[in-house]
Amino acid sequence: MSLTIGVPKEIYANEKRVASVPDIVEKLIKLGFAVVVEKDAGALANFADDTYVAAGATIVPDAAALWNSSDIVFKVRAPSMEEVPLIKEGTTVVSFIWPAQNPDLMQALAARKITVLAMDSVPRISRAQKCDALSSMANIAGYKAVIEAANHFGRFFTGQITAAGKVPPAKVFVIGAGVAGLAALGTAVGLGAIVRSNDTRPEVADQVKSMGAEFIPVDYEEEGTGVGGYAKVMSEGFQKAQKETFAKQAKDVDIIITTALIPGRPAPKLITAEMVQSMRPGSVIVDLASEQGGNCELTVPGEVVVRHGVTIIGYTDLPSRLSKQASTLYSTNLLRLTEELAKTKDGTIDVNMDDEVIRGATVIKDGAITWPPPAPKLSAAPAAAKPAAAPVSEKKSGHGHGAANAPMAAKKLAVVFAVGALAFWFLGAFAPAAFLGHFTVFVLACFVGYMVVWNVTPALHTPLMSVTNAISSIIAIGALIQIAPPLDAGVARPTWIFALAVVGIVLTSVNMFGGFAVTRRMLAMFRK
Amino acid sequence: MTASLASVAYIGATILFILSLGGLSNPETSRRGNVYGIIGMAIAVLATVFGPRVTIAGLPPIIIAMAVGGSVGLYAARVVKMTQMPELVALMHSLVGLAACLVGYASYIDTSIPFTGAEKTIHEAEIYIGVLIGAVTFSGSVIAFGKLSGKISGKPVLLPGRHWANLAGLLVVIWFLGVFMHAESVAAGTMPLVVMTVIALAFGVHMVMAIGGADMPVVVSMLNSYSGWAAAATGFMLSNDLLIVTGALVGSSGAILSYIMCKAMNRGFLGVIAGGFGTAEGTVVKKDGAAPAGEVTPISATETADLLQEAKNVIIVPGYGMAVAQAQHTVYEITKILREKGKNVRFGIHPVGGRMPGHMNVLLAEAKVPYDIVFEMDELNEDFPDTDVAMVIGANDIVNPAAQDDPTSPIAGMPVLEVWKAKTSIVMKRSMASGYAGVDNPLFYKENNRMLFGDAKKMLDEVLAALKA
Repeated sequence: MSLTIGVPKEIYANEKRVASVPDIVEKLIKLGFAVVVEKDAGALANFADDTYVAAGATIVPDAAALWNSSDIVFKVRAPSMEEVPLIKEGTTVVSFIWPAQNPDLMQALAARKITVLAMDSVPRISRAQKCDALSSMANIAGYKAVIEAANHFGRFFTGQITAAGKVPPAKVFVIGAGVAGLAALGTAVGLGAIVRSNDTRPEVADQVKSMGAEFIPVDYEEEGTGVGGYAKVMSEGFQKAQKETFAKQAKDVDIIITTALIPGRPAPKLITAEMVQSMRPGSVIVDLASEQGGNCELTVPGEVVVRHGVTIIGYTDLPSRLSKQASTLYSTNLLRLTEELAKTKDGTIDVNMDDEVIRGATVIKDGAITWPPPAPKLSAAPAAAKPAAAPVSEKKSGHGHGAANAPMAAKKLAVVFAVGALAFWFLGAFAPAAFLGHFTVFVLACFVGYMVVWNVTPALHTPLMSVTNAISSIIAIGALIQIAPPLDAGVARPTWIFALAVVGIVLTSVNMFGGFAVTRRMLAMFRK
Repeated sequence: MTASLASVAYIGATILFILSLGGLSNPETSRRGNVYGIIGMAIAVLATVFGPRVTIAGLPPIIIAMAVGGSVGLYAARVVKMTQMPELVALMHSLVGLAACLVGYASYIDTSIPFTGAEKTIHEAEIYIGVLIGAVTFSGSVIAFGKLSGKISGKPVLLPGRHWANLAGLLVVIWFLGVFMHAESVAAGTMPLVVMTVIALAFGVHMVMAIGGADMPVVVSMLNSYSGWAAAATGFMLSNDLLIVTGALVGSSGAILSYIMCKAMNRGFLGVIAGGFGTAEGTVVKKDGAAPAGEVTPISATETADLLQEAKNVIIVPGYGMAVAQAQHTVYEITKILREKGKNVRFGIHPVGGRMPGHMNVLLAEAKVPYDIVFEMDELNEDFPDTDVAMVIGANDIVNPAAQDDPTSPIAGMPVLEVWKAKTSIVMKRSMASGYAGVDNPLFYKENNRMLFGDAKKMLDEVLAALKA
């Protein structure tokens, strides 16, 4: 029996996003689900009810009806305490939950005997990237942060030389080069600003540079990468050095965008009141960590304030301020997660707790709290990256075909030597001296051939084959010496031999001339 | 010319042959390498003809025979298409094999040089082995030629109990070696020699018939190796060190190539030679129910051109299909246009792409693709994640992700080009048929993959037209 997915209208103040957009509704229906949408659910994100109907959804008039008719509910914000009583038993709710920050809500949800998947708990592994709503939202926040900053900043971002004088480019400093930070970097670079960035995780320096920004390192040795690619709390010595770096930047730049977050902790206070004071009047600070208390001491969460002539933007709802984009991306993330849940494509779901992605996201299963999940496997941390890089560099060294293999196991080697020794003893015991002379030459030639050919570049394998083929027509010599050897008087020789030898010469000379000529033709084609 | 002078000339020729192979280690010195080979061969032939073993009476037939053979060879080298190189190489191997047989027979019939005792035994054993290798090389190469040129079906032909047949053949050959060695006269010894030759010919046919089309690079390089060993065996037979050294050089060169090819397919050498793909009896493994599910997304030539226009980094992966369709020139035209637009276009070559080691490189070189944008698999496999478009032209198994993901796949563990890691991959293919290995390709069903169905040449011409428009 196919299940019904419900998309309610978000009731959180100023929340403009919606959990599913018409395009995605259509795809959900293709997966076998029925979809009901609350009246005006997408209105604030510019998705009219008609478009949902056109996509195949049914519109229900109010929240109570929606929750009542849905087996699965897609939401953006966690269900509020008003919504919880509406949830019927056995429902599956998928939304942001933040279980660590909302223990009371978790208890209330568990009491309803439902299953809850938290989009914020999807593990950060490669396979789950398509479901990673935090990244989608962070990307939007990063973009919007720059746009908000530009809005409150009194000058151009890009430098210009106009008839009315020279305009210096704005300088932007982005703290934290996570998804939001990188999006902010990209946006600011795109507007023409001079952009700098700092992050406690040294491996992001390349990513920063790839976006066209400058990486400002803190002059202090400490690795700042925690589990799962997130940052961790740094030592006091580091924090002091970091403050000095930031204080220096604060005096120089026009705009600071802070995105520093450590999972499950209040945001680190990185920009002090003195730093704000040292900034030029008219400068702007956008604090993307304001929901977790803010990276700047003077941030007021949810508001824009002016302190010491500096505008400090503490909006906590930046993704919602770009509601259409945010809704589109978020609903795509939900669709991807749904695909993981509904592998059978017949409108049913299976919350498979053996699947790492689903296990991570599921915070309540049939009324039992299953959060926190077991620690995620290391993904993008350098510990995993380094051993992967080592064999690669090893491969590139040396020969045309990569390095030689690992040495044979001792046991196997011993057997090979024993067989070889036996064969050689056998030869030595029975073969005549003349044969051994030739045999020596043969064995040495095999090794020379091995050494020489091992260096041949793979691109030239075909010419190599045709040239060795031409060279193997050296066998002509065998035919040549049989055609008319000097004979002792009176020794008769069958005429057969002559015929065989002539045919042999014809065949080998086809090879000899043809082989070299075709090799020449081929090699002439190789050009830089 | 005295015997010593001839020997010294032989040593000179040997050195030139080694330099010749060494010269092929990179494209810049390769042309010189070929010239070394020609000089070495000329010295060797002249030293023999004017040496102590050939009288003046032999000159006219030698000149005529070489003129006939040489002109045939030069003509063939001139007219052969680069896509037919594998056939030509296979055919030439067969000639070496046949010549080795003939020389062996002639040497056996020739009683003008008397051998006695152990020397006689060794000499006869050498003849026997020389003819054996020569015959296997000959018939195997002829079959390989037939398969490569499409005259014989590329599918592996697997006789029931074929391993036993091979084993029985081997025992008969060993038995007749005994008969041959104990033969009192040349006439008496000819019978076992002929029987053995017939068995060896049958073995060569049987061996190559059992090998599938995608394993051809291994076969061709293996036959290359055999032709070398045949020359070396002839050298032993005639007590000629030049032949031994040259044969050993060629033999080990072919053996190394075979090894590299097998490595590139993650298969044991014996596994390839024993024939078939997969299980012991060589039946193609088909897994029911586990077939990759999903939909393939077709794309038109115009859309392909649009994708290429938008891309910054493009990697083209050519396969045998490009050779079949003769599409390499169009590929280069497209490459040229894209490069003029400042795009980074590179070629990724799998070691067993095509039907002969290095086949793809030769085709691209023929189309004037500069070799510094043609890369080996290992050189650019890590770059796919940064690639916007990966275009696969007529290749299948070498871009099959199942080799990495699915341990039960018959091609599991084979190194493959990771085109699916590119932002978009485009596979050009005539239909949805599976590759030579008979393995379905999950790549086609990936979300970021597009299928451009049709003849590679025709489709690429359309892409080119769209790019020019």
